[in-house]
Amino acid sequence: MSVISRIFVFFAALLAATGAQAQSLDETINGLFESSTGWYVDLIFANFPGTEVPWIVGWLVIGAVVFSLYFGFVQFRWVGHSIRLVKGDYSDPNDAGEVSHFQALATALSGTVGLGNIAGVAVAMSIGGPGAMFWMILAGLLGMATKFTECTLGVKYRNEFPDGSVSGGPMYYLTKGFKERGLPGGTFLAVGFSVFTLLGALGGGNMFQVNQAHQQISGVVGEYPGWITGIVFAVIVGVVIIGGLKSIARVTEKVVPFMGILYVLAALVIILANFDQIGIAFSRIIEGAFTGLGVAGGMVGALIQGFRRAAFSNEAGIGSAAIAHSAVKTKEPITEGFVALLEPFIDTVVICTITALVIIISDQLVTDPETGLFVVENGQIVTQSGATGVALTSDAFATAFSWFPIVLAVAVVLFAFSTMLSWSYYGLKAWTFLFGEGKGKELVFKAIFCFFVVIGAAASLDPVIAFSDAALFSMAIFNVIGLYFLMPLVKQELRKYSEKLRSGEIRKVK
Amino acid sequence: MSDPFIVGYDGSPASDRALDVAIAQAVEASTPIILVHVLEWSPYSFLTQEELAERHRRRKEELARAESAVVTPALERVSGHGVEVSPVIRYGHSAEILVELAKSEKARQIFVGRDGSSAFKARLFGSTAATLVQVSPVPCTILP
Repeated sequence: MSVISRIFVFFAALLAATGAQAQSLDETINGLFESSTGWYVDLIFANFPGTEVPWIVGWLVIGAVVFSLYFGFVQFRWVGHSIRLVKGDYSDPNDAGEVSHFQALATALSGTVGLGNIAGVAVAMSIGGPGAMFWMILAGLLGMATKFTECTLGVKYRNEFPDGSVSGGPMYYLTKGFKERGLPGGTFLAVGFSVFTLLGALGGGNMFQVNQAHQQISGVVGEYPGWITGIVFAVIVGVVIIGGLKSIARVTEKVVPFMGILYVLAALVIILANFDQIGIAFSRIIEGAFTGLGVAGGMVGALIQGFRRAAFSNEAGIGSAAIAHSAVKTKEPITEGFVALLEPFIDTVVICTITALVIIISDQLVTDPETGLFVVENGQIVTQSGATGVALTSDAFATAFSWFPIVLAVAVVLFAFSTMLSWSYYGLKAWTFLFGEGKGKELVFKAIFCFFVVIGAAASLDPVIAFSDAALFSMAIFNVIGLYFLMPLVKQELRKYSEKLRSGEIRKVK
Repeated sequence: MSDPFIVGYDGSPASDRALDVAIAQAVEASTPIILVHVLEWSPYSFLTQEELAERHRRRKEELARAESAVVTPALERVSGHGVEVSPVIRYGHSAEILVELAKSEKARQIFVGRDGSSAFKARLFGSTAATLVQVSPVPCTILP
C-alpha cells in the first residue's frame, strides 16, 4: 500500500497547488501541448508533393497491398483455417494451461476494440462522410495481410526468458530477423520503432483515451475541468500498473468483452429494426466513396479519413499487435499470423461498419434537401445536434434507445481504461527494450505514463487526436520497412506449413 | 494385468477418502491405480496482457506446486499397500478429463470425492461428481 498512498499524496499536493487556477490550468496545458507537438504532426501528415494525400496514409495502404499480393490474399484463402485454429481444432491437448490462440486473439482485440470503433468512426463520418466507411472497410480487409505478417514474425522472433516468461514484438524481429538474414540496420529500426511506440503509448494509447473518457463523463454529469478526470484516471491507472493491484485490471478485462458484445447487439437491433434502410445506407456509403457527396476534399477526403481511422482502429502495420500476440503457445509461429488476421476483420469490417450504419440510419448527418449533398461547415458535416466523436455515436444510438448514452458512457470509460492498460504494457516493452529491464527503470516509465493521463484529459480533442495519430503512424514507418525485408521469412513459413498440412504431419486433433 | 481404477484427486479430505476406498479395492483385485489431479482451466477465458506474457512461467509453477503439494502426498498414501500407481496431472475441466482418461485407459471404475458444496453452488459452478454421474462411461464411486 505504500506505493499507492504515495501516489495519493503526490496528487493531493498537485491538486492543492493548482486549485486556485483550476480553470486556466486546462487552457495552459492545451496551449503548451498544441505548440509543442504541432510541428511533429505536420511532418507526419505532410502531403505527397502536389497532391492532397498524406504520405503516411499512402505508406500503410501500399504496405497492405504489397503484403496481400505477396501472400496471394492470405486473408481470404486461409480465413477458414484461422477460425479452426481459434476454435482449438489443432491445439495439442498436452499444451492445455498455456496461452491458447483464442486467448491471444481476445486480449489483442480488447486492446484495439474501443474508442477507434466508436469515436474514430464518428470522426471519419463527420469529416469524410459515409464514403469514408467504404475506404475503411477496404483498409480493414487489406490490413489483415499486414497483421498476418507482423504477428507471425512476432511469435517467431520473440524472446523466451529462462524463467519462462516471453517478450515479443517488432523490436525483437527487427533485430533478430535482420541479423538472421544478414541485413544491416535492424537495430536502428528497432530503436526507432521503440521510441515511437513510447510516444504512441502516451498519445493514442493514453491521452486520446482519457480525453474521450472525460468527454463522456462530462456529457453525463455536466461540464467540469478535464484535469480532475485526469487525476482520477491517473490514480486508478497508477494503482494498477505501479501498485500492482491486478484485480482492477482483471475485472476490466472481463467486463470489456461483455461491453463489446452488448454494443454490437444494440447496434444490430437498431440496424435490423430499420432493415428497409440498410440498402440506402450502403448506397450512400458506396456513392460517397467515389463522389464524396459534397464533403470537403470530395472522394480523396473520404478516402483519407477512411484509411486514417481504420489504421487507428485496427492498428494493422503499427506493430502493437505483434507484441500482444507473441505469448501464444504454438510450435508453428505462422498459426498466430492466421489467427491475428481475424483482428482487423472483427474490429474494422464488422464493428466499425455497424457503427457507421447506425449513424447513417439514424440520420445524424445533415443533408441539403435540394441537392442531396451534405451540409458542410468548417470542413465538417453538420450533425443533428452539432456533436462529433463519441457524442455523435451516442446521439445515433439514443434515437433508438434513450438510455443507451449511459451504457455507452460506461463502455467508453471501460474501453478507454483497458486500452490504456494494454498500451502501458506496449510502452513498457519498448521502454525496457531501450533502457533494459529493471524495477526502477520500469517505475520511471509508469510514472511518466500516469503524468500524461492528466495532460490528455486537460487538452482539447483536436490536438490530441492529431498527436495520437502522428505517433501511431510513426511506429508504422519502422515496422513496415522491417516487414518488407522480413516477408520472405514469413513466406518460407507459409510454404512449410502448407506442406505439413498436406502431408498430414499437422492435423486436426478434434 | 486388469483394467485400472481412476481416482480423481484434489487433496481435499473427500478425495482422500475416495483414494482410501480405491486402494482397499485395488489391493483385493490387484488393480493398478491412475491418480488424476486436474488443474481447472479453460482455453476460452480472458487474460490480461501481463498474464499472457507470464502464462508459461505460471504454468510451470502451478505444475510444480501440484506435484509437491498434492500428488506426492497422495503417492505416499498409496505406498506400502503394494498397489501400482501412476500419477497424471492435467489442465482442463475435471469431469471431462476423468471421462476422457476412463475411455483411453479402459478404466474399470472412477473414484471421486464430492466437496459437499450446497446445491446452489453446484448449480452455479457445476460439480464434478454430478457431471460424472451423468456422463461417465464406467461405474463411479462417489465418496462424501
